[in-house]
Amino acid sequence: MKVLYFAWLRERIGKAEEEVDPPASVVTASDLIEWLRGRGEEYALAFNNPKIVRVAFDRTHVQPGAKIAGAREVAFFPPMTGG
Amino acid sequence: MSEVRISEHPIDTTAEAAALSGLTNAGALVTFSGICRRDEDGSPIAALFLEHYPGMAEAEIERHVEEAKTRWPLLGVRVVHRTGRIEPGETIVFVATASSHREAAFAAAEFLMDYLKTRAPFWKKVERAGGSADQWVEAHDKDNAAAARWRKPKDAAE
Repeated sequence: MKVLYFAWLRERIGKAEEEVDPPASVVTASDLIEWLRGRGEEYALAFNNPKIVRVAFDRTHVQPGAKIAGAREVAFFPPMTGG
Repeated sequence: MSEVRISEHPIDTTAEAAALSGLTNAGALVTFSGICRRDEDGSPIAALFLEHYPGMAEAEIERHVEEAKTRWPLLGVRVVHRTGRIEPGETIVFVATASSHREAAFAAAEFLMDYLKTRAPFWKKVERAGGSADQWVEAHDKDNAAAARWRKPKDAAE
């Protein structure tokens, strides 16, 4: 699946998007965050406070417990500050 | 009629408002401009940098425009949000709502702004005057509280 990062998550990880292939044990958005945290220091830094990270599946807001099965594009970003 | 647009170019608020001013039966046109302040958290800024999630930002605003239309009898809605580098005094966001009467136009404009600030995927970064490090703006609880007051009882659990 395609994973996108925005704002300070993108800066800390050092990339805007990537293709990932998580194992079957990764079921929810929270699981995916945990799995990404294990990929390196930059991910651990970006997700050091997973509670504040927002998630969208295919451009729709979801809760951290949402199941990723079927999602083609998963986005992680900080609380929004537009307007 | 409604239009949602995201653009890197300066917003011509006069032209945007004029696009709705000729609507038949519109007795009220409310326009709101969100403008880049000269100070953020008490110290001067050089500019704001606005990042967005292309595709989702438009979709999220359009969803809320559709919801506004179900709540109020609107004749026209226009939302324009700028991205990229924005200097103090320039418009970041423009919302216009037209209706037969002012109550609906005022309420819908406020509803759209409150949701835009908390649900539309945009992020602001502050470029400080004097060359100190850029900082991401943190979300404000007061913005969440402002959006929460429009919630209907059925989605209180969200």
